[in-house]
Amino acid sequence: MSIAVAGDTTAARRKWDWARVRATLGAWGFLAPAAILVTVFFFIPVIILFVISLTDLSSSNFSEPLHFVWIENYARLFRDRFFPKILLNTVRYVILTLGFFNVGMALVLALLTTHINRRAGFFFRMIWLLPRITPSVVYILMWRRIAHQPPFGILNQLLAPFGVEPRYWLFEQPWLFVILVNGFVGASFGMIIFTSAIESIPRDYIMAAKVDGASTWQVIRDIILPLIRWPLLFVTTYQSLSLLTSFEYILLLTEGGPGLYTTEVWALTAYKRALKTYFGHNQWGYGAAWGFILVLIGLILSIIYLRVFRFNELVEEPKIDVL
Amino acid sequence: MKVELVNLTKRWGNVVGADHITLEIEHGEFVAFLGPSGCGKTTTLLMIAGIYKPTEGLIKFDGKVVNHLAPKDRNIGMVFQSYALYPHMNVLQNIGYPLKLKGVPKQEIRKRVQQVANMMGIGHLLDRKPAQLSGGQQQRVALGRALVKQPDLLLFDEPLSNLDARLRLSMRSEIKRLQLELGITSIYVTHDQVEAMTMADRIAVMKDGKLQAYCPPDELYDRPRTLFIAGFVGNPPMNFINVEVVQEDGEYHARAEGFDLVVPSERGEKAAGRGRVIMGVRPEDVCLADDGIPGEIYVVEPLGRDDLLNVRIGEASIHVLADPTLNLRIGDTVRLRFNTHKVQFFDPQTENSLLWTD
Ligand SMILES: Nc1ncnc2c1ncn2[C@@H]1O[C@H](COP(=O)(O)OP(=O)(O)OP(=O)(O)O)[C@@H](O)[C@H]1O
Ligand SMILES: [Mg+2]
Repeated sequence: MSIAVAGDTTAARRKWDWARVRATLGAWGFLAPAAILVTVFFFIPVIILFVISLTDLSSSNFSEPLHFVWIENYARLFRDRFFPKILLNTVRYVILTLGFFNVGMALVLALLTTHINRRAGFFFRMIWLLPRITPSVVYILMWRRIAHQPPFGILNQLLAPFGVEPRYWLFEQPWLFVILVNGFVGASFGMIIFTSAIESIPRDYIMAAKVDGASTWQVIRDIILPLIRWPLLFVTTYQSLSLLTSFEYILLLTEGGPGLYTTEVWALTAYKRALKTYFGHNQWGYGAAWGFILVLIGLILSIIYLRVFRFNELVEEPKIDVL
Repeated sequence: MKVELVNLTKRWGNVVGADHITLEIEHGEFVAFLGPSGCGKTTTLLMIAGIYKPTEGLIKFDGKVVNHLAPKDRNIGMVFQSYALYPHMNVLQNIGYPLKLKGVPKQEIRKRVQQVANMMGIGHLLDRKPAQLSGGQQQRVALGRALVKQPDLLLFDEPLSNLDARLRLSMRSEIKRLQLELGITSIYVTHDQVEAMTMADRIAVMKDGKLQAYCPPDELYDRPRTLFIAGFVGNPPMNFINVEVVQEDGEYHARAEGFDLVVPSERGEKAAGRGRVIMGVRPEDVCLADDGIPGEIYVVEPLGRDDLLNVRIGEASIHVLADPTLNLRIGDTVRLRFNTHKVQFFDPQTENSLLWTD
C-alpha cells in the first residue's frame, strides 16, 4: 500500500490507516519495556540535571524555592582558571587508558591467549580478571603501597638491585599510575569480549588464510581484526564513555593531585563541586552544569563513533540469485 | 608435483586421526581419499597443507621433506567444504588474496583474478560479497581462489557436499576437466564413492585412520582386498553370504542352507577347505532366471529405473535389481542366478580377501 495522496477515496484511506495503526501499535508494544527503562533512568534524570544546572541550588539555600541563574553556572565553568587543564586531563586520561589498555592491551591479551595452549590462555585471562574482582579500595591501597615514598614502596625495593634510585613514584609519575591503575581493571572487559569474538570465528577462515599464504600477523590483520570489527566498535564506544564518567580510582589514588589539578578529570570535578567541598559547601547547581556537559560530550561521541565505524554497513542485504 | 606420505600419523592424546599412512601421488595425478565420516580424511589433508603438525611420519614434496614448512611456503591451493570465503572481502579480494600476500602488484592481481573468474564463469560477480552469492557461485569463487596462485598441489575437502544433486554433477565434471587441463596434482577428499570412482585416477580408501587400499577405481571395484572395501564401494552395496566351499568331482561348490553354487575353480580353490567363509557378490551380478536358486522376496524398494529386491535364501539376504514391470511383491518366490565369475571370498576372522591378498 502506497502512501495516501490527495484524491484517494476515503474508504481506501481508512483501510490504509488501519494497517498503519496496527503496525505502529505492535512496534510500540515491543519497544515499550526498553523505552520505559531509558526514559525513567536516563531521560528524566538528564532533564532534572539540566534544570538544576540552571539554578544556584547549593547546601546553603536548598530549603528556599529554586532560584534560576540560567547560564551563569556554564559561564562560570568556562571562565574557571583550571577549565583548560581539566579538559586536557580528561582527554589524556580517556585516550591513553583506552588506547593502551582497554582496547590495546585487551586486544593483545585476547590474541595471545587464543593463540597459545587453551588451558594456559584461560589461566592468563583469570589473572587479568583479578583487579576487577578486587574491591576498589583494597586495589588502590595495593597500588599506593607499590608506588609509596622511600624508604617504603614495593617498586623501590624491586628496582633497588638494578641500581635505581628510590623515589616517590606516585608523586613523580602520577599520570603513569592513574593510567596503569585504570588500565589493569579496564583491559579485562575488552579481553573477554575479544576472546569470545575471536574464538567464534570459524577455524576454516584461518586455515584458508594460512593456506593462501598468510603469516600469523597477516591472518590477524586481514582476517581476525576485520571479523571482530563490531566487538571492537562496541568496546571502544562503551569503554570510552565509561572512562569519561569514571573517577573513583583517581579519587582514591591521587584525589586529582598531586598539586593543583594535576590528575583531575571532568567527572571528578563534577563530583567535587556538587558533593564534596572543603567547607561542606556543596554547589549542586554548579556541579550539575559540569555533569550536564559531560552527558552532551558522551552523546556527541556516540554519534561520531557510529559514523566512523559505519555501523549501517554492518547490516547488508543479500542479493542471492541462482546460478 | 609428486607427493609422498610415509607413515604419516596424527594423534591427539588417545584420539587417532591418521594412523601410519603411506602412499605416493605422481605428478599430475588426481587422487581421491575415500572413507566414512571420521576416518581421518580431513586430518590427513590438513597435515599435507601444513595446518596440522604430524605426530609421526614424513610428508615429501618432490622428494623433499616438508614437515616443518609453514603452509604459506608450500604453494598449495585448497577448497574447503564450507568454502571459507572471507565474508568481509568481495569476490575480487577473495580470489586475489593469495596474490596480494605474494606481493603481486594491484593491476596484475586484477588481471589475473579476472582471468580466473572468467574461466569459472563468475567474471561478472567480482564486486559481490560472499553473502550475496548462491552456493554454486561461492563454490566457484573458492575454486578460483585455490587456482589463482598456480599451486603445485590442489587439495579439495568435500567441496561438493553442500550443493544440490544437479549442480554437484556438473561441478564434478568441471573440476575434473580443469584438473586435466591444468595438470595440477590433486587430492580430493570425499565420502561419496561415486565422486571418487568417476573423478580419481587412484583412490585411497581409509577407515579408522588407516589406509585400507590404494589403487585405481576399477581395481577397487573388481578386486576388493578387504571386506570393508567390498562393502563400502559400490551402490547398492555388495551382498555377503556365509558359505562353505567344498571340492566335489573336480568342481568347487559354495554351500549354505538352501543354497548350492558351482564357482570357477580358480576362485573356489582359494576358499576351499577353510570352513565357513564370506562370499561376496554384487547386486548387478545377480539376476532373475528360471533355472536359478529359489528364494522369497522380503522387501521391494522401487528405485525408478529398477526395483531393488531383498531376497531371502535360507539365512542369507541378497539384494537384486529387477525390472519394475515384473510387478514383484513381498512374499513372491523368485529364482536367482549368480554370475559366479565375479564372486569374492573373504576370511571371516581377518576380513581380508582370500582372492587378492598376496
Ligand atoms: N582437532 C582435533 N582434536 C581431537 N580430535 C580430532 C581433531 N580433529 C579431528 N579429530 C578426530 O580425528 C578423527 C578423524 O577426523 P577427520 O576430521 O579427519 O575425519 P574425516 O574423515 O574428515 O570425517 P568427515 O567425513 O566427517 O569430514 C575423528 O575421530 C575426529 O574426532
Ligand atoms: Mg572431513
